[in-house]
Amino acid sequence: MDFNLSSEQKAMQKLCIEFAENEIAPKAQEMDRTGEFPYEIIKKMAKLGLMGLPIPKKYGGVGTDYLTYVIALEEISKADASVGITMSAHISLPCSTLYDFGTEEQKQKWLVPLAQGKILGAFGLTEPSAGSDAGATQTTAELIDEKWVINGSKCFITNSGTDISGLVIVTAVTGKREDGRSEISNFIIPRETEGYSQGPKYAKMGWRAADTRELIFSDCKIPKENLLGDLGSGFRQFLQVLDAARISMAALSVGVAQACLDASLKYAKERIQFGRPISKFQAISFKLADMATEIELARLMYYKAAWLKDNGKPYTKEATMAKLFASEISVKCANEAVQIHGGYGFMDDFDVSRYYRDVKVNTIGEGTSEIQRIVIARQLGC
Amino acid sequence: MRFIVCIKQVPDTTSVKIDKRTGRLIREGIPTIINPEDKNALEAALSLKEKYEGEIIVISMGPPQADEALREALAMGADRAILLTDRAFAGADTMATAYSLGSAVKKIGEYDLILCGRQAIDGDTAQVGPQLAEFLKVPQITYVSELNIEENKVVAIQELEDKRVRWEASLPALLTITSEANKPRYPSAYGIMDAYREKEVETWEKKHLDIDEERIGLEGSPTSVKRIFSPEPKGKGEIIKEEPKESAEILFNRLRAKNII
Repeated sequence: MDFNLSSEQKAMQKLCIEFAENEIAPKAQEMDRTGEFPYEIIKKMAKLGLMGLPIPKKYGGVGTDYLTYVIALEEISKADASVGITMSAHISLPCSTLYDFGTEEQKQKWLVPLAQGKILGAFGLTEPSAGSDAGATQTTAELIDEKWVINGSKCFITNSGTDISGLVIVTAVTGKREDGRSEISNFIIPRETEGYSQGPKYAKMGWRAADTRELIFSDCKIPKENLLGDLGSGFRQFLQVLDAARISMAALSVGVAQACLDASLKYAKERIQFGRPISKFQAISFKLADMATEIELARLMYYKAAWLKDNGKPYTKEATMAKLFASEISVKCANEAVQIHGGYGFMDDFDVSRYYRDVKVNTIGEGTSEIQRIVIARQLGC
Repeated sequence: MRFIVCIKQVPDTTSVKIDKRTGRLIREGIPTIINPEDKNALEAALSLKEKYEGEIIVISMGPPQADEALREALAMGADRAILLTDRAFAGADTMATAYSLGSAVKKIGEYDLILCGRQAIDGDTAQVGPQLAEFLKVPQITYVSELNIEENKVVAIQELEDKRVRWEASLPALLTITSEANKPRYPSAYGIMDAYREKEVETWEKKHLDIDEERIGLEGSPTSVKRIFSPEPKGKGEIIKEEPKESAEILFNRLRAKNII
């Protein structure tokens, strides 16, 4: 067993640490306050190759393994979760779906500009009435005159409405299966398609700078060749894509949890009460010890899941465990971080107040903690 | 044009800790970086290459681990990287280092400009660049904050404590670059992949160079480090709390008494 990262992985990590510290962290508070999408940051990340890390070179990406990508994501998310989710929702969802299931033509046309970061991609699965129950999708796609006609709506879709959003991959019902359940297929819908519109940016508790919107499809016609993969394979596709995306949600959660620990440790060493730094009080030092332990465990778990994926081994259970544990400890760490900061932690001037709002969605997005437990339990044979 | 950039791998002093008991640096687990001003030198070369085209060769003398620093330079856009590594080079002072680097430069052959960082954050001597220029018998401009190539000469601004001086030198020449000169670019992820998977770091040992063995390594070093210690912390300052006018007078007299003014 070897826990060493390769020199190449360390170099990528170092790049992301430096970039995150210099280019993202100084702007994080302001982005949170204004909710403005970080165009400049994303443009710089695209130029460095960070918006297409695990996608092979021939499709515009860098060609790293999955582990390198999620390590990079942890560092970016540590500086700002909004930038982290923008990167992750782009790479782990539309890029990965196109890479895994797209035809060569679709990859050349769509994956190349996505991986180069020239356009941003979104993935539309959730609907007002179909959250955890993705099978309840109501958006429909009908083939009329050699064109797919999409009708319906999606909600909470990240990366969908920025000036550089280029496409969304949506799930839609294309018929009924023999067992009576909906047959679901995936479609590539370019941003400028007539009949496709995006609602205003949601006002959110956290991830404020990330661009998240409602999508509306009203007789939205797309070419026949925009069907992604086989007809009726949509359910299987997004299950596979979400498996890997869970590793990235775990990495994002660990990034913010680490930021909580770093800020708390620094504060606890500087804050003097009763004549000594509060880090010298057991009540505080034990909180820090628990945070550090849980972060280490969460990180090891997502490293392992990524390693399994990179080595072609099954990883559904481990990825799900990593997502469940990392997201839950991120909420816990943020809670403790605010507690350690006391009244200051409640003030917007302190980063931990942002972390507290940013982490809550970690246990909800890309599968709630409850869904993660169902998946793990099924993996155990329950 | 051909640019040669000399870089040194140094411990990241922002994360260096001192062993309270022995007073020595704890080197275990300390990340290493390219010496910051050497990165400024590389950035200067990269910008010149964008303007005038050409080739950038990065050289470093150090242990095999310095490979990482050279790969980073390749990832930033250098074309070729050479690592001078040999037990015989170990323990070199600035003179022996400059001599060894000079031998490598001679082996490289023709060049237009050598760029070095002003000084390294570990030794802080600022000597290797100037010594290398002396060995190679080329003009040198130190402490450079701005530079450009005009016809067949380099024009540079030297940043001194009390003034800025504009110098011109014929090519080939050697410049030492300060942190004010530019903001080094990030290596791109694409560049990192190429640096590790496509490009090579050439390793040159003593036997590859035309070199006088008595002038390299510890043996060839005329200077040696006598002692390393943490300087005593300065005593607490004194605050003069009189009215501004009186305070100024007291301060003036004190400084005069100490012959400072």
